Amino acid sequence: MMPNPPELASGASAEAARDVAREAAFDARIAAGESIEPKDWMPERYRKQLIRMMSQHAHSEVVGMLPEGNWITRAPSLRRKMSLIAKVQDEGGHGLYIYCGTETLGVDRHDLVEQLLNGTAKYSSIFNYPTLSWADMGVIGWLVDGAAIVNQTILAKTSYGPYARAMIRICKEENFHKRQGYEIVATLAKGTPAQRAMVQDSVNRFWWPSLMMFGPSDTNSPNSGELRRWKVKRKTNDELRQRFVNLTIPQVQAVGLTVPDPDLAYNATTEDWEFGAIDWAEFNEVVRGNGPCNRERIAARRAAHDNGQWVRAAATAHAEKQAQNKTEAA
Amino acid sequence: MFEFLVRLGDDRLVIGHRMAEWCGHGPILEEDIALANIALDYTGQASALLALAGDMEGKGRSDDALAYFRDETQFRNALITELPIGDFGFTIVRQFLFDCHSVLLWEALAACGHATLAGIAAKAIKEDTYHLRHSSEWMRKLGDGTAESHARVQASLDTLWRYTGELFEHDAVDDAVAALGIVVPHDTRAARWRSLVDGVLREATLVVPASPGPMVTGGRRGRHTEHLGHMLAEMQIVARSHPGASW
Repeated sequence: MMPNPPELASGASAEAARDVAREAAFDARIAAGESIEPKDWMPERYRKQLIRMMSQHAHSEVVGMLPEGNWITRAPSLRRKMSLIAKVQDEGGHGLYIYCGTETLGVDRHDLVEQLLNGTAKYSSIFNYPTLSWADMGVIGWLVDGAAIVNQTILAKTSYGPYARAMIRICKEENFHKRQGYEIVATLAKGTPAQRAMVQDSVNRFWWPSLMMFGPSDTNSPNSGELRRWKVKRKTNDELRQRFVNLTIPQVQAVGLTVPDPDLAYNATTEDWEFGAIDWAEFNEVVRGNGPCNRERIAARRAAHDNGQWVRAAATAHAEKQAQNKTEAA
Repeated sequence: MFEFLVRLGDDRLVIGHRMAEWCGHGPILEEDIALANIALDYTGQASALLALAGDMEGKGRSDDALAYFRDETQFRNALITELPIGDFGFTIVRQFLFDCHSVLLWEALAACGHATLAGIAAKAIKEDTYHLRHSSEWMRKLGDGTAESHARVQASLDTLWRYTGELFEHDAVDDAVAALGIVVPHDTRAARWRSLVDGVLREATLVVPASPGPMVTGGRRGRHTEHLGHMLAEMQIVARSHPGASW
């Protein structure tokens, strides 16, 4: 018997054959370093991974407003108060910008927010640590934004165009935040003994959580392989973590502070600052929702959402009335 | 002149602080950003005004010294600015009533005889015109939105109305600065304010409370509500815990 000619094959297998061809073409574009745009065909897994990464990033910006917002009302000078308000405002802007970028992948921002509020979406674990002193506003800007920059500088070369462009823009602002944070740290480090103690304590609390921001070790990172192949991620978590430590330790030394790691040592051969073992049990607990502030952060977002319900309803009702008036006038 | 500038500065310092309390807790992300932006503008205006006040006083007090190292009885802000934020509608109504006042005030001061103050006014009027557009838009949305939103903002308006008279009081401080070429015509300003407010309230289907009770006053003399002390306790805690420290 003659095999069926292609045009007579069943619809499903023809579709499958087309997908194989499309995926091969897609892989070739990735290999050639082309940028993937919203209207281009992409494998479903690629779309899903990007939605996951981008929405986590957007959620992180929005939840990240809370630990820093916690100190706006206590900022010790008007200049610091203004720069902190501006920084938190920037984070809101980044969140909005990345939510919009995620919508180019065919999801709705409201659904993403819903996932954050019902606890099914993840966000950066660092924001589940409390901010306990003014020095945390410096250390977060320096270490947390610094770690984010190391991540995002690489993400600016990611294969998905809208995400890459968002990262270029966001990185510029994050660099500004980092400089501002480091300046706060440097000021405190050369301040009174109480200020010095305050900033050292803050570094002690945020050092390890900052290293955890790069995610699980390469030996235990479930999504990394696929993301690397598609050039969504261009460096591994451990490579980025090492890069961050190498960049940061000289800055720590420059202001006369220390990091809470007795195993830290410079390796002259590799030119790396080798650091001690990360407490992955702590990381896993925080990711699972059991960090110091997970519940408070989600509760705060939920309260903002619930308390704003009547406001959103009013805006919708008003817009409908306006539209109706326009129709009647026409 | 010092007293006059401190009044202007404290109004904006306090209302900016209240506005900043919304950061991260707004009804939609766009409003988190907008409210933070407005808080930033008002805090910036406060910083410029208090710095100028310190210069005029000539005792070496900076804007920070004035903001962080005065007690509540030394604050000169109008009472309306210090009330707690309430719900989003309360914040918007307060903002709207204050913005209308502020825009008209800057209009007068932009043409005043004091160059530095006129410069501050010229910059601030642009900011406050935007703030007024923002608060007016929300007045319309909330007033002419749902039955619930209408009831909420009308109740806020009823509460806040009694605090508006203080914004147009005239006293010896105004006479003193008038001699320096700084004239704020409170009477005509009050009338213009009222017509600005009435215009938006009409569109928002809201009404001025029929019997709001007597106007509340005292802020310009340091007689505040119980709320300001709590606000300052929070605002000043870090600065006051480390006297002499730089930040």
